[in-house]
Amino acid sequence: MKFAVINFPGSNCDMDLYYAIRDGINEKVELVDYRNNSLVGFDGVLIPGGFSYGDYLRSGAIAVHAPIIKEIVRFAKEGKIVFGVCNGFQILTELNLLPGALVQNEKNRFICDTVDLTVVNNQTAFTNCYQKNENIRIPIAHGEGRYHCDETTLQEMIANGQIVFRYQDNVNGSVDQIAGVTNKNGNVLGMMPHPERAVEDILGSADGLKLFQSIINYQVKVNN
Amino acid sequence: MKLVKVYVTLKKSVLDAQGEAIKSAINTMGYDKVADVHMGKYFELSFADDYNAMEKDVDAICDELLANPNIETYRYEIAEAE
Amino acid sequence: MTEPTAKQIKDEKIYQQWGLTDSEYELISQKILKRLPNYTETGLYSVMWSEHCSYKNSKKVLRKMPNKSPRVLAGPGEDAGILDIGDDQAVVFKAESHNHPSAVEPYQGAATGVGGIIRDIFSMGATPIALLDSLKFGPLKNGQTKHLVNEVVAGIGGYGNCIGLPTVGGEVSFEDCYEHNPLVNAMCVGLLNKTEFKHGTASGDNNLIIYVGAKTGRDGIHGATFASDEFTDTKNKQRSAVQVGNPFIEKLLMDACVEIIEKHSEWVLGIQDMGAAGLVSSTAEMASKAGSGLVLNLDKVPQRETKMSAYEMMLSESQERMVLCIKPDYLEEVLNFFRDYELDAVVIGRVTTDGQYKIYHQNNLVTDIPVDSLTEDVPEYDRQETEPQRMIDDKDYRFIPEITSLEETWQEMLQRPNIASKKHFYQTYDSQVKANTLVRPGGDAGVVRIRGTKKALAMTNDSNSKYTYLNPFIGGQIAVMEAARNIVATGGEPIGVTDCLNFGNPEDPEAFYELDKSVEGISSACELIKTPVISGNVSLYNEYNEVAIYPSPMIGMVGLIDDIDKITTIGFKKADDLIYLIGQTQDDFNGSELQMQKTGAIKGDLRPLDLQTEKFNQDLIKTAIAQKLIKSCHDLSEGGLAVALSESAFDNQLGFEIKTTLTSAQMFSETQSRFLVTIAAEDQVKFETLLQTDFELLGQVTTEPEFVVTTTDEKVSIDGRQAETNWKEAIPCLMK
Repeated sequence: MKFAVINFPGSNCDMDLYYAIRDGINEKVELVDYRNNSLVGFDGVLIPGGFSYGDYLRSGAIAVHAPIIKEIVRFAKEGKIVFGVCNGFQILTELNLLPGALVQNEKNRFICDTVDLTVVNNQTAFTNCYQKNENIRIPIAHGEGRYHCDETTLQEMIANGQIVFRYQDNVNGSVDQIAGVTNKNGNVLGMMPHPERAVEDILGSADGLKLFQSIINYQVKVNN
Repeated sequence: MKLVKVYVTLKKSVLDAQGEAIKSAINTMGYDKVADVHMGKYFELSFADDYNAMEKDVDAICDELLANPNIETYRYEIAEAE
Repeated sequence: MTEPTAKQIKDEKIYQQWGLTDSEYELISQKILKRLPNYTETGLYSVMWSEHCSYKNSKKVLRKMPNKSPRVLAGPGEDAGILDIGDDQAVVFKAESHNHPSAVEPYQGAATGVGGIIRDIFSMGATPIALLDSLKFGPLKNGQTKHLVNEVVAGIGGYGNCIGLPTVGGEVSFEDCYEHNPLVNAMCVGLLNKTEFKHGTASGDNNLIIYVGAKTGRDGIHGATFASDEFTDTKNKQRSAVQVGNPFIEKLLMDACVEIIEKHSEWVLGIQDMGAAGLVSSTAEMASKAGSGLVLNLDKVPQRETKMSAYEMMLSESQERMVLCIKPDYLEEVLNFFRDYELDAVVIGRVTTDGQYKIYHQNNLVTDIPVDSLTEDVPEYDRQETEPQRMIDDKDYRFIPEITSLEETWQEMLQRPNIASKKHFYQTYDSQVKANTLVRPGGDAGVVRIRGTKKALAMTNDSNSKYTYLNPFIGGQIAVMEAARNIVATGGEPIGVTDCLNFGNPEDPEAFYELDKSVEGISSACELIKTPVISGNVSLYNEYNEVAIYPSPMIGMVGLIDDIDKITTIGFKKADDLIYLIGQTQDDFNGSELQMQKTGAIKGDLRPLDLQTEKFNQDLIKTAIAQKLIKSCHDLSEGGLAVALSESAFDNQLGFEIKTTLTSAQMFSETQSRFLVTIAAEDQVKFETLLQTDFELLGQVTTEPEFVVTTTDEKVSIDGRQAETNWKEAIPCLMK
């Protein structure tokens, strides 16, 4: 499987994702500049964390107007894998490829820590290697990670199994403790925690590795 | 020149964490009559005169960029630029 | 406003407002130029001859510091120092203070401090890999201080998080003397994937001077002289000089500069960051180092504001700007390269051979002076020094604490802001971005691996100004040795030092004594453990209404871990592991946190530091770690053994049971050269045969978070959970 890691001006976790794919699961990966307008040849697209365009205006809001975006939208619509971490999640909600929005943490402070997440739905393209309700330890690092959506959307997401990860301790005040959600179709995932920073024991946790392995698993099934 | 002043604020249904913090600071300062604080963003867009599609443009710019309709609302006023 | 004429400047002594003395002005007009300097020229001299840029008061002292070792590839004089770490790699690091800007506008002052130190690293062609910061504030008693602390911490996080560099270590402390003069020292560490680097020079006739990065505005004008001036209540009007940072632009600038040097080295002859005193300082230093002259055309400088004068443009400290010297043949390539990063890049001048610094503005020649006169002709001052009266008065004073309840003192100690957990602050810094951080903040030293190798770098910031206040020489030694212990305890070999020397007014003989003796202490310690001082900065005039801060040298140290398997952390690992105290404990209570806790002040002299024992104990720990005997290791510092035991237990929510020959008071003694280590019980014999030094087997780690302690005075059982709560909640509680 060949992944594209999109590099926007101000992205700063691009290499973390790159290494997680290259060294963590030994798959093909390339950095793709935001000015490109084709993702032909790639099987999955990863949108990294960071502060695209300085996070000026709103996190992720300016990135949405970059040339590469229409290809990301195409990927999402065609059912291909699209995964956004942290700022990548913010970009995906700004794009309306995922429901809701990410706003300032409840305590108005940036938080960097390693937190416990529950795998709420293990029947997705991104979580099929986890057990249901598995407890995983994944780092977070964000100032605007409080997930917000209205009640109708929330109920819909619950009904559709779109809520994939929940915080065990609601660190940022997210609605329903939501840490990561997919689209209705299940091929687009956004999450605030950084699984790409938890791919080796020496980093304090390797619990993120299974997320990337799940994608490969899923793809193998789709291809067959 | 026309000056368009755009104000973007969080919808009432979204917790304004910064507004809350500012309100509590204001109250701590002794201004206990302040009941509510909302924080928002302010933009100034300058247009050349006599542009008839200006409001249409401003709405589009707000919808597509300046505000996120999932969480924010906006309003604007048009004034003569100095 | 029309600019004053050269004659007005002389007659009305306008130069004095800019910090030039009468004799300095005379030297410029009579000896160097043999004419009166005009407005722009006077401005250039005043800023280049400030302490901040010229080190005119501290140069003599700074020469005492060792700066050589087989690893040193570049030392003081470049933007940052460089050490060879083998395999064709080198580590680049420097620390810098941003005290005065942070006092005036804490968020931006701290943020631009971080931005500035990052530029110093990538201007050497190195990829920045980590940040640290050392912060000192007044006590967390009033809203003003809390606001200051919040803003400084937010500024550091705001910049570092956005640019995407992990903040892996640092320190925060609180003393009365910093209430109006906080200290904000930031350090950046970078990695060079080759052992050659770009000097900050401008050489070769007709080579081009390129300006890259953010536009120039009026911000920060006279920031450098401002940093060399002491604070008073009445000077509020001058406080308009703070610059605003843009970490987004800096990220682009950083990536671009690293790439251009790595991939297109032949295009670039020299590169330098525009830091203090902006355009003048960077270009004059580049030309002076190469023995060249320079012609600049200010009309080419990208400007954010209109109608800026030559003086304003030359002195502006707008952030996120770099100067490059390139060969004309590559101009097109260089401009296209930066355009691709969406950065402004323009030719603003060229190199000449006449040694003159010539500046044109709106077709007028506004400056025509020898380049070297800005950088080399600065008078060097030999300041008077006298031993501070307090040292003479209190020489024989010995603080002997009385502990009525070990448990009570212990729990109180853990809540003291200087001892309590600083997580409330450091958790607002991204410590993991880049996925290379192996030891995060909260331990003895931060550790960042070098991807693709077995190597890692350990790094720490250390200072204990209470010690330097009581005895600047011994305090200086201790600062270095504490940093070294932090590196050693983590599994590293200390290889080099950077420093920020934060002191009072050098014209005050007592303050100058503090500077001189601290540097002597630092030097003697660095000599012994072979850690050259390869970079650093000096921040003098840290006073408020003529009351100086404690002398506060901050040591930034980097260590090399040759194999990541050696990395050792402070936390106890499992029950039944044996706990050892390495090193001898004496009654070292003068300057201790216990003295502050019991008396609210510090007083007395320090006992001399036995450097040989210190080194011996460090070497012993290195050997034991290399032999894989050590499961946890923690340096003993403020709060002594009691605090070290607690912190080691908190890490994995364990407890301990110990019996010691120490008194209850000595549990808090701050004797140097000590480590707290744990080993597996089966390694006892092997470990003890190594210990050719004073040591004590204290007891063992226990599963339950309970601290059972028997001293010569009493046996207590301390609730570890409560202790941890006290330690964790103290700062969040005070910050409310």
